[in-house]
Amino acid sequence: MTPLAGFLLVAALLFSIGLAGALTRRNAILVLIGIELMLNAANLNLIAFWRYGPHPEALTGMMFAIFSIAVAAAEAAVGLGLVIHLHRHAHTTDLDAMNRMRG
Amino acid sequence: MQEAIPFTPQLAASPITGLLWLIPALPIVASGVIALLSQPRRKSSATLAIGSLGFSLLLSLVAFGHVLAGWTRNVAVRETVNFTWIQVGTVHVDLGWVLDPLSAVMLVMVALVGLLIFIYSIGYMEHDENFTRFFCFLSLFAGAMLGVVIANSLLLLFMCWELVGLTSYLLIGFWYQKPAAAAAAKKAFLVTRIGDIFFLLGIVWLFAQTGTLLFYNGGAGSMEAGALAGLLAQPAALGLTAAGAIGLLIFCGAAGKSGQLPLHVWLPDAMEGPTPVSALIHAATMVAAGVYLIARVYPLMQAGALTGGTTTALTVVTWVGASTAVFAALIAVAQNDIKRILAYSTISQLGYMMAGLGMGGVAVGIFHLITHGFFKALLFLGAGSVIHGCHEEQDVRRMGGLRADMPLTFATYAVGMLALCGFPIFFSGFWSKDGILEAAQHWSVAKTPFYLLVFGALLTAFYMTRQVKYVFLGYWRGGKPAHESPAVMTLPLVILALSAMALGVIGTPAWPWFRGFIEGRAVGFDWHGFAEPGLLMLMGTSTVVVFLGLGLGWRLYGGQAPKPEEPDVLEQAAPLPWGWLRDRLYVDDLYRVTVIAFYEWWARVAEWLDRRVWGGVVAGVAWAFRGWAQFNRFLDNNWVDGGFDKGCEELATGGGLLSRVQTGRVQTYLRILALAVAALAAILIWSSRA
Repeated sequence: MTPLAGFLLVAALLFSIGLAGALTRRNAILVLIGIELMLNAANLNLIAFWRYGPHPEALTGMMFAIFSIAVAAAEAAVGLGLVIHLHRHAHTTDLDAMNRMRG
Repeated sequence: MQEAIPFTPQLAASPITGLLWLIPALPIVASGVIALLSQPRRKSSATLAIGSLGFSLLLSLVAFGHVLAGWTRNVAVRETVNFTWIQVGTVHVDLGWVLDPLSAVMLVMVALVGLLIFIYSIGYMEHDENFTRFFCFLSLFAGAMLGVVIANSLLLLFMCWELVGLTSYLLIGFWYQKPAAAAAAKKAFLVTRIGDIFFLLGIVWLFAQTGTLLFYNGGAGSMEAGALAGLLAQPAALGLTAAGAIGLLIFCGAAGKSGQLPLHVWLPDAMEGPTPVSALIHAATMVAAGVYLIARVYPLMQAGALTGGTTTALTVVTWVGASTAVFAALIAVAQNDIKRILAYSTISQLGYMMAGLGMGGVAVGIFHLITHGFFKALLFLGAGSVIHGCHEEQDVRRMGGLRADMPLTFATYAVGMLALCGFPIFFSGFWSKDGILEAAQHWSVAKTPFYLLVFGALLTAFYMTRQVKYVFLGYWRGGKPAHESPAVMTLPLVILALSAMALGVIGTPAWPWFRGFIEGRAVGFDWHGFAEPGLLMLMGTSTVVVFLGLGLGWRLYGGQAPKPEEPDVLEQAAPLPWGWLRDRLYVDDLYRVTVIAFYEWWARVAEWLDRRVWGGVVAGVAWAFRGWAQFNRFLDNNWVDGGFDKGCEELATGGGLLSRVQTGRVQTYLRILALAVAALAAILIWSSRA
């Protein structure tokens, strides 16, 4: 097993854990945490592909990952803001209770 | 008489000609402003009307002075301002105005008489609740009439002519609560319309022939030699040239407006209007518009005449005028309404003017128009003063002895009456009527008009004496005693009376200034004017005739004037002819059994057609459409609607099914997303393997 395959396996594991969390948890904050895990799995992939790719001397992968982390931070801020407002509005963070958009 | 020295023509427009349009525009604008004023603003409306007309008079005097200054320098002023009104392709319709001696004289007369009558109206209409409306119409009339006078285009003249007709209608029907007034207004409008249709035909024909409706346009106008030659070369029916036929058509319009036979019937009825209106419109100015029109198109009427000869058109004008003069004078003898007598006298005098135009030329007819304008306005205003003083009584048999109660009115009325009769030397009517008689005496075609006009003069003197004896002499036969009118009414009377006497000076044979002014040649004072062969003889004859009429009237009505219920002196003598005259020689009745009966029959036929024939067709069409609509409704209800409803139902069901997918739960969406990604990945892996 090459080191790259190991990294990818870990990233896939991480992604799956995140996805499972996002899909099964009913608390909005925990869903957000799941999404963060999935994002970080993607970041791990970026780094791995860079490090074991054809041009490890160019810092492209790292730049990509840093951008991605910045975007994830912004996304987390917006997500938490939404959750706080949801809580103020509905006094709950239970996602199953928020089905007002049902068709 | 002096040798005719043709003046040098002057055509370039001077500043006053450029401003000439202001003369009619001011009163028209004033009328518009008055129309916007509220009912109780009497003072402002009268001030506006009188102020604007006063300003117009001022401008008219300046214009007159300009023409007069030219005349003294031996320059025949004829200044025009023309402009294109409508242009369609190469055809253009021009409008414009003209300043020449004819229009200058008329401007001053119309503005001056109009102003005096406006002032008089303040007193006469004092108690009328529609005072502002009255001044609005009066102002509009004055503007329109001044427009007729300055028009240099037959079309502009026609427009103003119709405006004048409209205001006449509005003012005759001013007291529209009276059914008689409303009917008289309608009658006046319809009867003059008959003449106007022919007038319009003449205008269209003239335009078709010459391509212009301008009178004078530096050689290209329709009244100038070039166009007239073309018209003369064009034959029309019955041996007339186009010039003659157009002249006759235009004369029809003039006859309608000026109350010539057989279209005179509206004028006596028009006396239902307020008296200042009768004076201004139906005696002094509007009815003279027809005479003025003939004078304006005189080159056309005269076209083709040899020296000293005449044309068919002018002959017709003469005969119609002369017969109208006698016809109306005869009827006037047997009328008892003070205004109706004057109305018939007006028709008669208009006949004199027409005859004067036909036989003697522009100057002769227009001189009588001017003098008549003053003394007839005077007579009507005097009659108004009498009616006002006698508490709206108009029957002369219920008056009498007013000489003592209304001394000022009596004195001025007597002046007007003597001027109308043609009392020698001191009154203008004598000189202007003598001019017409002199022309009639020398007329080459026939002598009959001369005898008719002399007979008319006799009748005029007679009926006026009868009227004055009835109204002012004898004893009071009415109810409440009469009173003299206020100064605002008598002052115009005095001014008009002075003019009626003084105006004769400008038209005596010794100093025919008026004729020279109109015809554009120099005249000097010369006693030898009287030495014309036959002139003194003629003046003697007319003097004798006038005195005969006066004496006859004085003799017949000299004793005790009859009581209202008693028959007239003449009626006792000759009841049958008196009845004819009293019933206005049955012209109205003739129209009733012919024209009006025909129209009523025709209206009934039209009504029957409307109800039975056209109504049936319309009902049939409506029925067919209703049947078609019923059929359509059946189709809609049973087929179209059903199909549509079904389609809608299907759509709703489909939408409901699809909406199930939208659970509103974010995790469901995420799950579907994950499954889709997994499926995508599976496909990719599987396809890369293959």
